[in-house]
Amino acid sequence: MPGPERPDAAPDAQPLSLDEVHAVARLARLDLPADRAELFRHQLGAVIGYVNRLRAMNLEGVEPLASPLEQPGSLAPDEPGPTLSPDTVAALAPERFEHFVKVPKVLGDAGGSA
Amino acid sequence: MTLGGPSSPADWCAASVSAIRDAVASRRATALDICDAFLARIDAHNPRLNAFLQVFHDHARTQARAIDAAVARGEPAPPLAGVPIAIKDNIALDFGFTTCASRLLERYRSPFTATAARRLIDAGAVILGKTNLDEFAMGSTTEHSAFGPTRNPWDESRVPGGTSGGSAAAVTAGLCAAALGSDTGGSIRQPAGWCGVVGLKPTYGRVSRFGLVAHASSLDQIGPITRTVGDAMHLLRVLAAHDPADATSLTDAGERLNAIESPARPGSASLAGRRIGILRQSLDATNAPSVRDAIERAAEALRRAGATVATIDLPSLDHAIAAYYIIATAEASSNLARFDGVRFGRRADLRPGEGLDALYARSRSEGLGPEVQRRIMLGTHVLRAGYADAYYQTALCARRVIRDEYAAVFATGCDAILMPTSPAPALRLGEVSGDPLAMYLQDLYTVGVNLAGLPAIAIPGGWDRAGEKPLPVGVQLVGPPLGEPRLAAIARVIEAATEPAPTPTAS
Repeated sequence: MPGPERPDAAPDAQPLSLDEVHAVARLARLDLPADRAELFRHQLGAVIGYVNRLRAMNLEGVEPLASPLEQPGSLAPDEPGPTLSPDTVAALAPERFEHFVKVPKVLGDAGGSA
Repeated sequence: MTLGGPSSPADWCAASVSAIRDAVASRRATALDICDAFLARIDAHNPRLNAFLQVFHDHARTQARAIDAAVARGEPAPPLAGVPIAIKDNIALDFGFTTCASRLLERYRSPFTATAARRLIDAGAVILGKTNLDEFAMGSTTEHSAFGPTRNPWDESRVPGGTSGGSAAAVTAGLCAAALGSDTGGSIRQPAGWCGVVGLKPTYGRVSRFGLVAHASSLDQIGPITRTVGDAMHLLRVLAAHDPADATSLTDAGERLNAIESPARPGSASLAGRRIGILRQSLDATNAPSVRDAIERAAEALRRAGATVATIDLPSLDHAIAAYYIIATAEASSNLARFDGVRFGRRADLRPGEGLDALYARSRSEGLGPEVQRRIMLGTHVLRAGYADAYYQTALCARRVIRDEYAAVFATGCDAILMPTSPAPALRLGEVSGDPLAMYLQDLYTVGVNLAGLPAIAIPGGWDRAGEKPLPVGVQLVGPPLGEPRLAAIARVIEAATEPAPTPTAS
């Protein structure tokens, strides 16, 4: 297929370990079945091997550029305006109780983050 | 087409945006008849193409009737009166669903309408439906839609490109007069190129992103996909405006769009005095022969119109994909953290004793497709403690270098840079679906524009006849910030010189 050369065999490629893949999945709040973890290890390893080519650029003294707009955006005046009603927002949630969003128990046994 | 307009209602499906608007405004045709012609064509062809995820038959006809009534009352016709338009389904409307082609948002009803769509509706556009995309606008082929791929109208065994593949296919097949797409790394220009239509990615901040479901906020931009350069600018003049609801909207977003681009020297050829740079890699053997031919023909047309054409270099071009896939995935992993199964979208069932973490992880894993999960994983990895400096911060520095290289070319007096939209014409369905890196590498010529926030336009540049069916080949022009009018004037020269389309298979 036409396109840029594929650098699969980049010498500095560091494929992810399976443990790292699972650690990243936990941070990203994703459940990874074993077969998908193995597939992702291979596919993400190839991409990471490719993006490591940035190390070849001379970036000494270069400031990071997070947005094409270097000036801060124009902020709206800090004045109350129309907003969505609590009922409209609660109606978007998969489960609600009156105008509240309903969530599983977050405190005590079985609640909260591990 | 005769001056009086098409002789049968179905012919409106090939008419330009301005021809439709003028016919409705002067009551030579009704918005309702034109709307019905497009709806009939959608009903006939969409089952094969899968360009539309939703079609708003009743809503569109109601809008069309209201426009006809206003014109009949003698009210001034707005700039898009009765023009049937399709909206990519990651742009919010307060009717129908806003799915982002994701199971997670399959039944999501937005309580508001995106500013860009609102401006089209206020200008008299008739909204026909929502178009297919790669889930959350992540992909290059529209195969990563949870609701099945869109097919390329020129060859249904091929992809239309992506992520605005549904919009590009719909415009190509005459299922709408124009469509909105969004472009984070080429998602308007690449499908426009692979479908043989025009795709305009405006300057970052030109068009409001309010109501565009965020993929990568510093890269995303809404823009039009149309059949002609003139139509693209017609839509941009409606879309471009400062929006207080988007903090990245430029205060002068709507300005400098009505300037008439006249020859630099009165009475001379249309592009006399203009300087066009051809990106050096455009003629490399890594591009398909039809792509190199299209670039050479475009350059020749520009020379004939009086422009000076010379080769230019963007030394860091080969690093753009790497910088892009770090920055885009980092931003995506943050933006998509909101899809947690709590406040909106799909929620997974929990087993007894399971808590909030299980709810988050299972809702996301059940609701999001593999490409979205891969990108969230990659973005999470490049932002991890201990890795962020090596990846994310490095990519931001590379971004500045890439942006400055474009600026340096324009600072030499270059009015636009000519380059391919993609290294090759449309891929076959399934050709890269198991190999994400191979898919990402197709974005060589598009991602740098988003990193730099520049305007760019994809226009038809010819035909690839190497395969069984002829395939369109796009070329791209990139300009300096807010340079859309001059870009369009240059694009029109290439448009006029390009061999017209053969009859599409969907007609």
